[in-house]
Amino acid sequence: MVTAQAVAARVTDPELPMLTLADLGVLREVSEKDGKVVVAITPTYSGCPAMDTMRDDLVHALRGAGYAEVEVRTVLRPAWSSDWITEDGRRKLAEAGISPPGAAPRRSGPVPLTLGPPARRVRCPHCGSAETELLSEFGATACKALHRCRACREPFEHVKEI
Amino acid sequence: MSFDNAYEAITEENDSRWAFGTGFEDPLSGVDTTVPSGVEGADLAAYCLMLGDDALIFSHRLQEWCTNAPELEDEVAIANIGLDLLGQARLLLARAGKAEGGDRGEDHYAFFRAEHEFRNVRLAELPRGDFGELIARLLVFSTWRLALFQRLTESRDPVLAAIAAKGVKELTYHRDYAAQWAVRLGDGTEYSRERITEGLASVWPYTDELFTPHPVELRLGEAGVAVDPSAARAEFDDVLGQVLRAATLDTPEAPAIPGVAGRAGRAGVHTEGMGYLLAELQSVARAHPEATW
Repeated sequence: MVTAQAVAARVTDPELPMLTLADLGVLREVSEKDGKVVVAITPTYSGCPAMDTMRDDLVHALRGAGYAEVEVRTVLRPAWSSDWITEDGRRKLAEAGISPPGAAPRRSGPVPLTLGPPARRVRCPHCGSAETELLSEFGATACKALHRCRACREPFEHVKEI
Repeated sequence: MSFDNAYEAITEENDSRWAFGTGFEDPLSGVDTTVPSGVEGADLAAYCLMLGDDALIFSHRLQEWCTNAPELEDEVAIANIGLDLLGQARLLLARAGKAEGGDRGEDHYAFFRAEHEFRNVRLAELPRGDFGELIARLLVFSTWRLALFQRLTESRDPVLAAIAAKGVKELTYHRDYAAQWAVRLGDGTEYSRERITEGLASVWPYTDELFTPHPVELRLGEAGVAVDPSAARAEFDDVLGQVLRAATLDTPEAPAIPGVAGRAGRAGVHTEGMGYLLAELQSVARAHPEATW
């Protein structure tokens, strides 16, 4: 029987299907006790509509692998950070034409206001050029911004640093 | 796989084909929701409803912008901000239910309360204006809420602290979005300047209410669970000052619109637009109260 950890780690994200939940860093813990599997996951964003689907997919995958009793728990703290996306996950994002995030800001105390465009250096995932510009901080999902490459002219998505 | 009729297909016992239906409705599933020592569950529930209703009601106003935004990028931005706030509302309303100790879930609070039971500030419920009004309101709302949430990350209630820590990340870019637009409009054309100036003038009378503490906020504030909003005023004024200076705009001067006999949104006393908003927000759930899908 495949371990519960291995089964859960293979479940993919419904909105970024090239990534597993483990690649994305939302899979926090898988434990097995007295025949019951407890999986802990954390939401990327408060309103992430994929959470319910992630939970369902985990339960279905584990039941399909022979684990009859499965509980999925939410972990809220510490809040998810894009820093938790694994190296493997970053490579898969880039291969799919999505620019992976840089280092997330770390701060304490009042949050400084940003009146200019974010100071991030984004390389085009298509041609590798550093000549890119921000089109919008908000993309097709909460976790992505929309950029454009000035060299190859292709638009692309960038996973935001949070 | 073939079926004789649609009913057979949807009742077939193989739930792996379904995205829904495994009963995951509680956004706080598995989270320890014990009420901290020395705190009344009813007070904590009321406080969670205040912060949750602010997000739920303003999110509804933002959703009204879907298909109405001036550009596709802003359409997506406003919808994303509305979604973040809806997510915060779900967590907070669910936390209210656990703090109250009964079996009420988020849906009960969103769909089956009457107007006077909603505790959101009036700023959140004001009817949708033009894009200038939206930016002005989003700037004021997100600057205020970010200042509150940043302090709330130190709350003695670990659930509230965790919701706030997550919310801070989201509110940071809500505020930046509104601030950057405020600068673009204020320091833009004569017409854009006029729209943001009028927008700020229309929401300004509702800002005092944001910093007027309700007795529940004071009680829980002393217990180290809530934030006394008056403590966030200086930071709010400082951030608004930075934005208005960059936008070459003056600080609006408009007298506050008081509540009724000292009671406003936090006490369930709302403006005319609230009833219309709830009529739409609650219509489907009330027409089909037992329905699940």
